[in-house]
Amino acid sequence: MSLGQRLACAVLVLVLGASFAANWLAPAGYARQYRDATDAPPSHTHWLGTDELGRDRFARVLYGTRISLLLAPAAALLSTLLAALIGGFAGYAGGAWKRAAMAITDLFLSLPWLFLLITARALLPLNVSPVVSVVVTFLLLGVLGWSSAARVLCASASSLRSSDFVRQARAAGIHGRRLFWMHVLPNLKPVLFAQFWISIPVFILSEANLGILGLGVAEPMPSWGSLLKELEGLVSVGEEPWRLVPLILLVIVVTSFQIVISNQEEVAA
Amino acid sequence: MKRHSKASTYTARSCSKALAVILCAVCFCSAALAQGGELRFCLRSEPKTFDPLKVDDDASGAIRYLTGGVLIRENRQTQQLEPELALSWKVSKDGRQISFRLRSGIFFSDGTPFSAEDVAYTIQQLMDPALHSPTGDTFRSGIGSVETKVISATQVSIRFPAPVAGLDRLFDQVAILSEHSLKKEMAVLGPFMVADYKAGSSIILRRNPYYWKTDAQGRKLPYLDSIHLDIQPNRDVELLRFKRGEIDLINSLDSEYFDKLSATSPQVVHDAGPSLDSEQLWFNQAAKSPIPGYKKNWFRSTAFRRAISEAINRDDLSRVVYHGHAQPAFGPVSPANKFWFDNNLKPQTYDPETALNTLQNDGFRIENGTLKDKDGNSVVFSIITNAGNKARERMAVLIQDDLQKIGIHVNVVTLDFPSLIERMTQTFDYEAILLGLTNVDLDPNGEMNVWLSSSENHQWNPSQKVPETTWEAEMDRLMRAQASASDPNKRKEAFDRVQEIVAEQQPFIFLINKNALSAVSTSIHGAAPVILSPQTYWNAEWLTVAGK
Repeated sequence: MSLGQRLACAVLVLVLGASFAANWLAPAGYARQYRDATDAPPSHTHWLGTDELGRDRFARVLYGTRISLLLAPAAALLSTLLAALIGGFAGYAGGAWKRAAMAITDLFLSLPWLFLLITARALLPLNVSPVVSVVVTFLLLGVLGWSSAARVLCASASSLRSSDFVRQARAAGIHGRRLFWMHVLPNLKPVLFAQFWISIPVFILSEANLGILGLGVAEPMPSWGSLLKELEGLVSVGEEPWRLVPLILLVIVVTSFQIVISNQEEVAA
Repeated sequence: MKRHSKASTYTARSCSKALAVILCAVCFCSAALAQGGELRFCLRSEPKTFDPLKVDDDASGAIRYLTGGVLIRENRQTQQLEPELALSWKVSKDGRQISFRLRSGIFFSDGTPFSAEDVAYTIQQLMDPALHSPTGDTFRSGIGSVETKVISATQVSIRFPAPVAGLDRLFDQVAILSEHSLKKEMAVLGPFMVADYKAGSSIILRRNPYYWKTDAQGRKLPYLDSIHLDIQPNRDVELLRFKRGEIDLINSLDSEYFDKLSATSPQVVHDAGPSLDSEQLWFNQAAKSPIPGYKKNWFRSTAFRRAISEAINRDDLSRVVYHGHAQPAFGPVSPANKFWFDNNLKPQTYDPETALNTLQNDGFRIENGTLKDKDGNSVVFSIITNAGNKARERMAVLIQDDLQKIGIHVNVVTLDFPSLIERMTQTFDYEAILLGLTNVDLDPNGEMNVWLSSSENHQWNPSQKVPETTWEAEMDRLMRAQASASDPNKRKEAFDRVQEIVAEQQPFIFLINKNALSAVSTSIHGAAPVILSPQTYWNAEWLTVAGK
């Protein structure tokens, strides 16, 4: 592991650690409204100032980081598992199975996801608590985000299918599920690992995009998406640079993930 | 000025003094300036039509206002009716007939002379059922045809099959068409005419060379050579362009942008006070809605709705969300509506303790910080509003926090607008909605579709076959009474009672009235922004550009 990758890991650990210490670092909480101090600049009581409703921005950044950093990997795990099952099996089985699975994957890739997510959110029950909305948002992202990873895994499984060691295993009388679970899937691990790491920043950004559309995590719970929504009034960004903190944090975390991923990709290669 | 006399007789002489005073005051500076120049501002959408009779959107309405000549104009500043192409008019006692005496020697923008025949032709076109004119619909009060009678070149009378309340005021929206011009709707009587149109990009209006008005010095109006309208839906871009000096006006400015502009250029921003627009919250009381029965019982309880209203801090909504550029709402009519506002209404005070008492008297109780009804159901409901509307999203979060103080858990849900409208009007699958009402009409007749219980737009419980509550039955009776009365004072008496019922029953929990905020470049002289649309250019013919 290079120095850069070690630094990236340290940054991720630091950010995750700070977000877990939110109760101690920002005891005011993310929902309390200081209505007489809205849009306040940084001070000793509010380190990053307050938002438009007077809520402590530092607390919201910490809690939002916790939510996004916990649930994005969970969504990434779900989507990678689905991709492994669908793409891996299609590549291994080949023939009509592969064509059918890839047709479904291509259909998923061609769908207008933004509109589908908006529709899916509109179809969900209205009376869901903010906590449930967090889980539902990332579950949706996970369930719907497997298709591109499935294509990669299908190609990898296809090449494994015709590899020498799989042929030898077949010649030795190993077939079907046993061959898939014992010999194919373990050899897909590096690709799966890389796909998992790649998906995390994608889901963080997807949630941020949904948040900007007002479709992500429900109020008053913060997420990076809802925090980035504050930047919509671009005119004010230059005047209030502390508003940029969530964006800077997102860039740092996503960059750190990418640096860590590059190591995983090397391992996979 | 006898604006509300029984027969509503109005002569040019009776208002000439007022007109002169207003115009002199507004245009004192401009009178000293030379003519010419171009006014530039943005339309937020593409106009759907240039036909003034088919106008159904703001952008088309703006074109109609600037190009159309009307018989009677509602002065946006005084809210009084003033003669334009009509020298005088008279409404019959039964409210079914209006007679006009017209100005003579007036020409359309293509040189075609204007006469009573053009008025008759316009009314025939307007009331043609095949045209589906939204403006024409406002005149439809009963079954039967409209009769127009041309008495002479300058006299015409129009008879409707049934009384039309506020008949004369409706003519503010009727731009007169030429019967004989080959250019049809492009031949206009207003101060400007459409000279160029690039779809999706811009519209250029040029001075109408035949416009009839002159100033005190006898100079022809309008002062401006042209108006350049850019079609720009993005509010951020509109603001940036204003700051760069590329446009001269912004109507309906957001409070956030208003403060930002005010910080750097306080001389360009204008707060005209509370507008007619309101923001309100309502609960779903429709019997056919798929929400649980116990929730329907809460929402149908007057005590519950009143308690919610008392527990909302409207001052904070105005102060925090609108930065002070909004006023806590009294009821369905904004205080800005000078005649129709009921002065007996008291502002709703923020009182969570009284709210809690009201709820406890209605069988609710607090358990571990959560409000429960008499059957032990926790009081939890969702408020939906349209995604992307920052002010409404913020108001919903403030209300969520306010109601938490009396043990009510609110889930705030933002939905895209079509989904919200579908739930509101088709499936009725919602609990509470926070939305706004844009009011362009001062007269309560424009709100008949909201207050009548049989109406589809009676949002809390639409399309009732018979009124389900006694107070809704009374509102129906009062709204019909005011619509059929011709005496303005009797109409007001009935509509005042409607406002009082709404305040007592809180079917709509009115939250705030937004202030009318606008920005006008310092290079524009004569602008006097008002609350009524079009806020900044209502007196466009009197505006001048500095240095021209």
